[in-house]
Amino acid sequence: MFGYIARRILIAIPTLLVIITVAFFMMRAAPGGPFDLERPMPEEVRQNILEHFGFDRPLHEQYTAYLAGLAQADLGPSLRFRDKTVSDIISEGFPVSATIGGLSILLALFVGSILGSLAALRQNKLTDFAVMGFAMGGITIPPFVSGPILALVFGLYLGLLPTGGLDPRFGMTPERLVLPVITLALPQIAIVSRLMRASMIEVLRSNYIRTARAKGLSGPAVLFRHALRAAILPLVSYIGPASAALVTGSIVIEQVFQLPGIGRQFVMAALQRDYTVVMGVVILYASLIIFLNLLADLVYAALNPRVTFE
Amino acid sequence: MNTTIGSEDNAAAIETAAIEGRSLWDDAIARLLRNKAAVASMIILGLLVLIAIVGPYIWPHSHETIYRERVWIAPTLEHLHIFGTDAQGRDLFARTLIGLRVSLMVGVVASMVSLAIGVFWGATAGFIGGRVDQVMMRIVDVLYSLPFIFFVIILMVVFGRNIILIFVAIGAVEWLTMARIVRGQTIAIKNMEFVEAAEAAGVSRLDTIRRHIIPNVLGPVIVYVTLTIPVVILAESFLSFLGLGVQEPLTSLGRLIAYGAQDMQIATWTLIAPAATMMLTLFCFNFIGDGVRDAIDPKDR
Repeated sequence: MFGYIARRILIAIPTLLVIITVAFFMMRAAPGGPFDLERPMPEEVRQNILEHFGFDRPLHEQYTAYLAGLAQADLGPSLRFRDKTVSDIISEGFPVSATIGGLSILLALFVGSILGSLAALRQNKLTDFAVMGFAMGGITIPPFVSGPILALVFGLYLGLLPTGGLDPRFGMTPERLVLPVITLALPQIAIVSRLMRASMIEVLRSNYIRTARAKGLSGPAVLFRHALRAAILPLVSYIGPASAALVTGSIVIEQVFQLPGIGRQFVMAALQRDYTVVMGVVILYASLIIFLNLLADLVYAALNPRVTFE
Repeated sequence: MNTTIGSEDNAAAIETAAIEGRSLWDDAIARLLRNKAAVASMIILGLLVLIAIVGPYIWPHSHETIYRERVWIAPTLEHLHIFGTDAQGRDLFARTLIGLRVSLMVGVVASMVSLAIGVFWGATAGFIGGRVDQVMMRIVDVLYSLPFIFFVIILMVVFGRNIILIFVAIGAVEWLTMARIVRGQTIAIKNMEFVEAAEAAGVSRLDTIRRHIIPNVLGPVIVYVTLTIPVVILAESFLSFLGLGVQEPLTSLGRLIAYGAQDMQIATWTLIAPAATMMLTLFCFNFIGDGVRDAIDPKDR
């Protein structure tokens, strides 16, 4: 097993390197730089700034210098915020994004597996159609539509919840997190309940479930002790793709609800050519997704005795 | 099972099949037409496509005209602002039509790009097999788990917001599943007798892929393309929502939704009109996609 983990990490390193390289050179190919202000600055000042950040050197030297910094866990200074490093910006925004993303995936797995199981147990009955209709809606309606609509209904019309923004004075209070978390979770709930329904239907048809029933186990015991354990496996392997979807979703959610998370900073940084911040966020998210995929595979293997590490 | 379709050479074969009896495709079409949700969606989508194409020419307002004295007018029959006007006094119905047109266009074109890349990649990997296959599919595996939308965002920023680039960038992101499906089919098909026959007759590898493999992979590919279109439309609206999509005065549904979300406290209709149009379109595509999938079930093949 350790050999397997080591091999996966060995594959991850060149993958990350490719991502870093592509992102680095793509960003530098952009017309315009981080120091193009509305009001042009004196040429001498400009040269000094370029020299300070090492932008006067040839591109390949900048690239190796960046990699050398990375090896020492140094993401460099932000080019736009003079007094902040990239690590500062990430450590400010990441807790917000991680809280919302983490709560969303938990909510999605919990609600989705309940809905999916219900639909499977009542296959082709009203409950099933209701859940699958809901799932169709969840997959079809993007977060940037459901977010504003939820904010409109619960925030403006009903006045129950704040419509957006995390007030820095109060931080992440539960009522400010409700709408963003639900909005981000909705499509995932839909996908999880579809997966759960399909796998539960298959499990309920299998022989060992019939055996469990035949030996006189009660309905709930069959469901929780035998069926659920097996049915939950496909959900575990969905965690990898789900994390990528959540990262994408969080960019929109943070925009809709004006949350000071990392996704919003990424879009802003990309528009302002803040190279180092863009690179930092890309590296962070790529490593996170690679890590979560590995974790999902390990959990899957731990839960499923039929899987062995080759 | 071996009914080939798609190249002119086989047109005759299909015709004789139609005379002899029901082909696989006739059955699939009959199944699709029995699916009420899919048929209703096709009719609605047909109407949407029609008004997206014809609408802007016959509607009295242009999406660019600014009526300074008519800012944020709620939907009304007066002056024919049936969806109201936006923050600058532009007719929202005209803008929704243009937005729908752009979204539909992106959906179709970018799906074709993903189709082309995916079919080429998957068919090559599956047909050649061995080492090449392993390396090519390993690349797909690695790409699969990456937040590709980040690269699209960087691309849009770097090369400017150009509609052609949007087609290519989104298509280039969505081809991975297509490549996997095509590879699987190709491996299943390449050991069949007619491929052997082509080889024996001295057909070159490239021609074998083009003439014999690709036409037979068509079923699952059609299913996946219909399901890709809504995904692509969503991706474009996502970019537009962030302000990285098409440029003014051209607009797309995502951009309109972004404006609507900004102004919803003052003018709810600026959000509802484009959001409802988008949801209707996506529902139609998804129902058609599900219908087509049930009609040509890849599991049966």
